[in-house]
Amino acid sequence: PKIHKVFGMENRDGSFFSDMGCINASILLIIGASTLIVIRIFYIIYRSSKPLYSTPPGPLSTLIVLGSGGHTAEMLNLLAVMQMERFKPRYYIAAATDNMSLQKARALEDSLMQKSEVGLVGTSHFMQIYRSREVGQSYITSVGTTLIALTHALWLMIKIRPQVILCNGPGTCIPLCVIAFFFKAFGIRWSSIFYVESIARVRRLSLSGLLLYKLRMADQLFVQWPQLKSKYPRANYVGAEKVGNFLHHDLTNFQPM
Amino acid sequence: MGEADDGSKSKRVVFVTVGTTCFDSLVRAVDTQEVREALFKKGYTHLVIQMGRGSYIPTKSTGEDGSLSVDYFTFSSSIAEFLKSASLVISHAGSGSIFETLRLRKPLTVVVNEDLMDNHQSELAEELAERKHLFCARPQTLYETISAMDLILL
Repeated sequence: PKIHKVFGMENRDGSFFSDMGCINASILLIIGASTLIVIRIFYIIYRSSKPLYSTPPGPLSTLIVLGSGGHTAEMLNLLAVMQMERFKPRYYIAAATDNMSLQKARALEDSLMQKSEVGLVGTSHFMQIYRSREVGQSYITSVGTTLIALTHALWLMIKIRPQVILCNGPGTCIPLCVIAFFFKAFGIRWSSIFYVESIARVRRLSLSGLLLYKLRMADQLFVQWPQLKSKYPRANYVGAEKVGNFLHHDLTNFQPM
Repeated sequence: MGEADDGSKSKRVVFVTVGTTCFDSLVRAVDTQEVREALFKKGYTHLVIQMGRGSYIPTKSTGEDGSLSVDYFTFSSSIAEFLKSASLVISHAGSGSIFETLRLRKPLTVVVNEDLMDNHQSELAEELAERKHLFCARPQTLYETISAMDLILL
């Protein structure tokens, strides 16, 4: 019985050790995987904040997120001063409840087409996206609508896979930017996110701007007032009248990976 | 900033615009007797109000009795024309209206809507007021701002 006991012990110890080995292996695997993911994320953040390469690239597929009202107007003003032939095809996205923004974008595209040559024909697309929450919607139903909105955003991003994302808030751009970040992390598509804070923001970033800044998701974040630059040092300050030029310079020197 | 009018020396229009918003407290404020009189005293002859989605209807006046002539409408596709013909613009704090007016080099008083939830609009108006590009008011201080307004300061 003594021997038995000893064997019993050994047996138990053996299985204990093999269990340990199994757990150890999976812990190692998890640690390894998460280390890789962390390294990948840090690499992306590091790479994103680097100055852009200067080889002249071909046209870049560009996603332009239109907010509404003032945001759309600011974005279209910006596009009007950029050399649009470098950014094609262009995908405009606006909220499904926003009827005006895409109309205005179409008008801009039409005027571009009239102004210039063959190079721009058929290079613009217009899409609508569900919003996660309408003003005044209850919080319980907004869980469902947020999920729908996220799925829809993912679907659109898979279809578009843009190389450049231009946005200036409001919240519609956040799911798209987060998905773009995951696309980077998983090597699906490297897209550069350019966020231009509204000129109406003088002392505080908007919630969208703040999220992209804190999470370091925007490759370049532009602010139009010096007060914001001193409060958020990683932002790029450009005086209101120059935003278009600066953004354009950065984008033309941009080499997609 | 140039004090432009539409050619005739006699007609001086104040144009009030709320953009696409609903901003009844501004419309109500310009519609008060004291603000009307203050504007008339400053030499303005016409008050045109673009009232947007608001529900407060200002009282029209032909101005024949030697007071300010008052007219209003909800929306117009030719806001730019109204801005161009105005001698003074009183506007909500939307960046579009502000910059469009300043680009036309018109004297501007911006009234901040305090009923908005996340009120970042006041930031821009206050900053530009500090830089002497415009006057900044609240609906309840509009009368004081207009009475004290000296366009040479802009």
